[in-house]
Amino acid sequence: MLKIIFAVIGRDLKLAMRRQADIVSALFFFVIVVSLFPLGIGPEPDLLRKLAPGVLWVAALLATMLSLPRLFADDHRDGTLEQLALAPHPLGLVVTGKVIAHWLVSGLPLALIAPVLGVQFDLTGDGLFVLTAAILLGTPALSGIGAIGAALTLGLRGGGVLLSLLVLPLYIPVLIFGAGAVDATVSGLGGEGHLSLLAAMTFASLGFAPWASAAALKIALE
Amino acid sequence: MKDRFNLYRFASPATFYPLAGTLIPYFAAIAVLFGIAGLYLGMLVAPTDFQQGEGYRIIFIHVPASWMSMFIYLVMAFWAAIGLAFNTRLSGMMAQALAPTGALMAFLSLWTGALWGKPMWGTWWVWDARLTSELILLFLYIGYMALTAAIDDPRRADKAGGLLLLVGVVNIPIIYFSVKWWNTLHQGSSVNLTKSSMATTMLYGMLLMAMCFWMYSIAVALMRVRTIMLERERNADWVKAELAGDVQ
Repeated sequence: MLKIIFAVIGRDLKLAMRRQADIVSALFFFVIVVSLFPLGIGPEPDLLRKLAPGVLWVAALLATMLSLPRLFADDHRDGTLEQLALAPHPLGLVVTGKVIAHWLVSGLPLALIAPVLGVQFDLTGDGLFVLTAAILLGTPALSGIGAIGAALTLGLRGGGVLLSLLVLPLYIPVLIFGAGAVDATVSGLGGEGHLSLLAAMTFASLGFAPWASAAALKIALE
Repeated sequence: MKDRFNLYRFASPATFYPLAGTLIPYFAAIAVLFGIAGLYLGMLVAPTDFQQGEGYRIIFIHVPASWMSMFIYLVMAFWAAIGLAFNTRLSGMMAQALAPTGALMAFLSLWTGALWGKPMWGTWWVWDARLTSELILLFLYIGYMALTAAIDDPRRADKAGGLLLLVGVVNIPIIYFSVKWWNTLHQGSSVNLTKSSMATTMLYGMLLMAMCFWMYSIAVALMRVRTIMLERERNADWVKAELAGDVQ
């Protein structure tokens, strides 16, 4: 079981490494969106500190959305996806591997660069730490839930816009607890509860979402 | 139907189409009757609220619309589950026929809520847990309709939409509770919607209006499902016979 997952992760990572520009452009999209907010709102440190968690999280959601359409589209176009669906292994396991690989190339870089952007928003040590932890814990859930949307919109007209319409409302809990963790830490309440809920959502979505996506892929491939 | 009544007979569009046709006038008539009774009770009989004056009477529209918006999503999810489990054609059509009504109810609920909120709270909108989750429900309806509209093959549209509905129905409690906790964390609940006591005439008025909205939704959904059936089965013999009958 793990062998299949690791095989898919290895394959997807190898493919992603051949096209590093995609990873980098999603990352810079994140940086640019976050940098636009101070320009729009004003440079007061107090205000920025208050807005930082929300701004960073919304930008993280959007950056994740950006790379989602490619999750299945390339494999669908060259027929790989059909072969994977025909293979004797459960399609859910294959999707689990693809979701983890997607997180490694889209979610993980966001978590790594988030503290740098947090500093620009005048976040303090604890806040930065929790921000990184929250993005690290929450983005796998984004990849998991997003995979359902990506599978449902596979090969449709206007797939990207449609995908965001379907997936963004489902991202709201992750946004609330992700930004809430940082907020609670900064205000001295402690963000452990939020982080636990984020972890719970990540594990729940990694457990269930791949199977829902597999069902959606089978519908799309019919 | 000579030997015994079989409900599954109506799982086929060819038999359900005439059944829906006969049922629509009844549901419409019941909706009108309940509407007249409910509005009479709500607008004329129910006493003026000592705190909110006459403005509160919008709840006779607002509350039934909110109830229906949530209920219709559940009904759609039910049909989606049936459709995915038993691979029936009609279930997906029912879900699609219900969606615009559900979205309309969610929108009505938000709109009347804003109209009520302005004189009562002094603001059109607050980020209250209920308002926010109702707004998200509207987004879910719109997402469903956008997805089914984007897929040309009706069978795929039904199945993909059904899966989205099931994912949505699992997520609704999570969304609701997260919004609720988010709201209590950010600000104390400045407005308390729950009234300790409600005059019985108000309650009955509201229940009558809820029945009116319910029956209206059924009537409209049946009308819509009839057009969907005609459109999808346009090459079937029964549709041709039906349309030929109309022309003569």
